[in-house]
Amino acid sequence: MLAVDLKNPKIASIRESYGKALVKCGAENDRIVVVSADVSSSTMTKYFSESCPERFFNVGIAEAGMIDTAVGLALEGFIPFVDAFAALVCNRGLEQIKTCVSYANANVKLVGTYAGISDYKDGPTHHSVFDISVMRAMPNMAIMVSADPVETAKMVKIAADYKGPVYLRLSRADMPVLFSEDHEVTLGKGSILLPGSDLTLICSGTLLYRTLLAARSLEKAGISSRVLEIHTLKPLDTEIILKCARETGAFVTIEENSIIGGLFGAVAELLALNNMSVPVEPIGIRDRYACTAMDVESLLDFMGLDPVSIEEAAKKVFNIKKAGEKKK
Amino acid sequence: MYTEKQITELKKTATWLRMKSLEIIYKRGAGHPGGCLSAAEIIASLYFSKLRVDTSNPSWEKRDRFILSKGHASAILYAALALRGFFDLNELDRWGELSCHLQGHPDRNKTPGVDMTTGTLGHGLNVASGMLLAARLKNLDFRTYVLMGDGEIQGGIIWEGAMTAAKFKLDKLTAILDYNGVQLDGSVDEIMPLEPVADKWRSFNFKVITVDGHDIVQLLEAYDEAENADRRPTIIIARTVKGKGVSFMENQSKWHGVAPSKEQYEAAIAELKKKGKENAGC
Repeated sequence: MLAVDLKNPKIASIRESYGKALVKCGAENDRIVVVSADVSSSTMTKYFSESCPERFFNVGIAEAGMIDTAVGLALEGFIPFVDAFAALVCNRGLEQIKTCVSYANANVKLVGTYAGISDYKDGPTHHSVFDISVMRAMPNMAIMVSADPVETAKMVKIAADYKGPVYLRLSRADMPVLFSEDHEVTLGKGSILLPGSDLTLICSGTLLYRTLLAARSLEKAGISSRVLEIHTLKPLDTEIILKCARETGAFVTIEENSIIGGLFGAVAELLALNNMSVPVEPIGIRDRYACTAMDVESLLDFMGLDPVSIEEAAKKVFNIKKAGEKKK
Repeated sequence: MYTEKQITELKKTATWLRMKSLEIIYKRGAGHPGGCLSAAEIIASLYFSKLRVDTSNPSWEKRDRFILSKGHASAILYAALALRGFFDLNELDRWGELSCHLQGHPDRNKTPGVDMTTGTLGHGLNVASGMLLAARLKNLDFRTYVLMGDGEIQGGIIWEGAMTAAKFKLDKLTAILDYNGVQLDGSVDEIMPLEPVADKWRSFNFKVITVDGHDIVQLLEAYDEAENADRRPTIIIARTVKGKGVSFMENQSKWHGVAPSKEQYEAAIAELKKKGKENAGC
């Protein structure tokens, strides 16, 4: 469950959480192995390399080969976590993921670290803003996006236990801790974190804290916003999204990914397939590259992923919904 | 040492594999004849002498693994798997039908005996490395054989796999290069030369054995020699002829990925039968 002081949140590192969760899972399950492309000191799989050196394989800066090597381990019954920056896992390794992971249905856990625009220092070459779009199109692939360090640890365990390819998307950023340890995460299940009736703010991943801030502000303005977290992009919890569409009649989708093919794409496709006319406004990256910045927060603001933009989008869809109701 | 009888049988098998792969390519109207014909002795000597497999248990944990990294030579792999007994020979006639388990390129989830899905080039060496890292963790002593095309090794990912295999001293890896010198658009020398290819692999810390890829004895001896590789992976550079055995297909890039017409198919089979008889008599 949510356990955050919005005014003064505790901050913790996603990658620290990932690295420590892998150590824990590795101690419990000796089939877990890590194949890394020389980034273990950045992604914190160095902890696993220290605790299980015989099950840690650094193949150098060779992401494509890394993925295929992991496939070989998976075919022999191991559970490889493949570990590199999301920008490289999902782009340089794309053909390997398609043929050898997705099509061959190998039990590989692809972990895209430094995802979104969280690597603010290195700029667009290191940003990963359409990894979700690409991975969503892959048959057999489960996709999870973590919103905080607590969820990150739980998702590592879920990925390890799940039989089949998984893409786990992690930010580089230090994030507000949003959830208590008893927070339940189930693959393929969305969670309504805040009740509300005027509209639904659907958030996937790292912008959840900003979404909660926007919801609080909207409440003060007299707009009751439901907050739905969709941490699993695939399989999508279609039931809960359609329920929110019926009950609130207006959506804002919020993601640190391109709106083409990401959460917005998934929600818009679902509504269209179900002939539901619901106003949807996306908060996400609009078909452009970001830039280098001094810190991640200012870059998120610069790209329009800020609480005020979420509020404005919410007011927009709420007004469209009200105008539609008046016509009836 | 191998007996004359064994060698004669393997020669016959190679000829049969050539004829069968051409037959199913002809019947389907699609496939890659040139690279099947060049690999006939390599495949025959592996599947009918060297590989430790159990056709009644295709996923037997201790089996040797084989990855056809040049997956477009699927016709000859399917012919070998059927003849070896992984599935019924009649199923070869259904290759490519919507409900058939035999895909255009090998599919591990559909075809018994296929250890890894391939088709797009460059995957075999890396996947094999992963398999052998797993074998080491599990204390299993199987070998993994990877058959690559010469054009295939122009792609950089091959060399990523080569470095991984060498770094982890994967001496249970036997890579085989079907060095027929011809690829889709022309000769390898013209498109992207590989020479000095043996030096390349040596410098990547592979044990290198060069053989005539149509000489069964040389191939068998090379497979054996690879087993004493002193903590190094091995590559067997097999000099072959694209389209081997069918005179009008030999060394012709146009026969990389085209099915023969009825007349061409019949002429090819007649020639292979004639040569097969000559071989059996010698």
